[in-house]
Amino acid sequence: MKKHQTGLTDVLFRNVTRAFAFLVFALLAAIMGSLLYGSRESISRNGFAFLWTNDWDPVHHIYGALVPVVGTLLTSAIALAIAVPVSFGIAMFLTELSPRWLRGPLGTAVELLAAIPSIIYGMWGLFVFVPLFQQYVQPGVIALFHDVPVLRDVFSGPPFGIGVFTAGLILSIMVIPFITAVMRDVFEVVPPMLKESAYGLGSTTWEVVWNIVLPYTKNGVIGGIMLGLGRALGETMAVTFVIGNAFLLPTSIFSPSNSIASALANEFNEAGGLQKSALLELGLILFLITTIVLALSKFLLLRLARNEGTGR
Amino acid sequence: MFDSDSRSGGPNTVYRRRRRFNRIMLTLSMLALAFGLFWLCWILVTLLHRGGGALSWTLFTQSTPPPGADGGLLNAILGSVMMTATGTAIGTPIGILAGTYLAEYGRRGWLAPATRFLNDVLLSAPSIVIGLFIYAVYVAQVGHYSGWAGGFALAILVVPVVVRSTDNMLQLVPNSLREAAAALGCPQWRIVVFICYRAARSGIITGVLLAVARISGETAPLLFTALNNQFLTLDMNVPIANLPVVIYQYAASPFADWNRLAWAGAALITLIVLGINIAARTFFRK
Repeated sequence: MKKHQTGLTDVLFRNVTRAFAFLVFALLAAIMGSLLYGSRESISRNGFAFLWTNDWDPVHHIYGALVPVVGTLLTSAIALAIAVPVSFGIAMFLTELSPRWLRGPLGTAVELLAAIPSIIYGMWGLFVFVPLFQQYVQPGVIALFHDVPVLRDVFSGPPFGIGVFTAGLILSIMVIPFITAVMRDVFEVVPPMLKESAYGLGSTTWEVVWNIVLPYTKNGVIGGIMLGLGRALGETMAVTFVIGNAFLLPTSIFSPSNSIASALANEFNEAGGLQKSALLELGLILFLITTIVLALSKFLLLRLARNEGTGR
Repeated sequence: MFDSDSRSGGPNTVYRRRRRFNRIMLTLSMLALAFGLFWLCWILVTLLHRGGGALSWTLFTQSTPPPGADGGLLNAILGSVMMTATGTAIGTPIGILAGTYLAEYGRRGWLAPATRFLNDVLLSAPSIVIGLFIYAVYVAQVGHYSGWAGGFALAILVVPVVVRSTDNMLQLVPNSLREAAAALGCPQWRIVVFICYRAARSGIITGVLLAVARISGETAPLLFTALNNQFLTLDMNVPIANLPVVIYQYAASPFADWNRLAWAGAALITLIVLGINIAARTFFRK
């Protein structure tokens, strides 16, 4: 049996790169492990009830994750409700309508939204957007739905300016570039022949996008939305500034509440003992949620790539 | 009767309705773009308006002041530069080597696909969780906040960005280049280092630049690692001031001078981050 001749350096280089690839692997295991270890006190004391207890009382050592978990999910849901149609519109404009020379600059401009640091969004939100929103928009919306049975409860409460809706709106601006980028990429892989056939049969641009492009890229679009969701769930600074940081279950979309990330940012440095452990468990929950969301999005994007044979 | 009526006027009405609907949707799509750009412009104008006026030389020559006194952001700028440099210096080689394995050696076996997936998990992990991790494994063990801890946290954010761009860029290098070199008797490590790296250089550098842009604006991972420091220090082993955390604390403070400094810092950091981003894009195009 004759071995292929390889130099010592070759083996060395190969194994060094392999070791670093393994390091990435180990890093993730270490993050998971350290969070689990740090939260063992809280886990053993609260068990699964942690997830549906809504008290957060450091004085009496009662901790429950319901408020921050609900706040995180609700703000992210609002963010997606705004960001998905807008991103779809932008992606459609950039792939179907825009003149070719404008695509580059406009695409870059939208992507710059992702480059602005999140603390800037938070500051701008609290000091510029919130006062205007509180004074001019919120009272009008509350009054508008005052007599409508269900919506009355959704849009109720004193106009604080800050709150779940404001956090969701700012999150939506932050995730628009991520969702748009994926949608634009997957719209571009639709074979021109499919679109041209539809145009040849007399379809309008909208009909082509809605009936041809979107069904063809369905999995990819959902994957992109999930990526945006992952971003929204873990966003810290922007949310901390505008959500109100109150451990209260939101009663309407204008009420102040809390999210996992902002609870961590506000309390972790001052916490000790069981509270620190409970906060680490919150971090673990957040990490698990974002990991599951990412895994789902990867799975869907992969299925699109496999179905269409365009492995990317 | 009703049926035949609608049928006689049918084709025309249907056609007109479809056209009208198309026009509405196209307008909405343009409005969506306007919606996105509207926020971008509003934020940039606010920053220039509020922060631009406060930008001055004292920002770069003096440290953060006590309330009511004049001062600048020198300590925060230095701290940010030091921690960003540490993060980049640690994260980049790890990222490039791991990315090299994925692209060059990872054609078979389980490690490469698994690592690629886990790298994406790391890429989308909330940055505050990375801060918690460094707190648990480093800060809590040595017993104090420090600049090193901040640098380590930033390094973990650099790694996945660089792994991903290195992996993607190396995969774009045509195989014929590798085969040509191999045919000349070149060992594989020389092929990777002298041919593939050189061919993919601009893409890899772009990835590093984007990683730097990302970490220079990160606040959340520094809250539990570097903390903050009112004074100028070059010692990475003590809590160290940095722009994002200073902005966070000063923006929320009741003192007008501090608020002004926060806006100046915000304008500065945004200009730097957007500048790096645009530079990376133009660099990549060349």
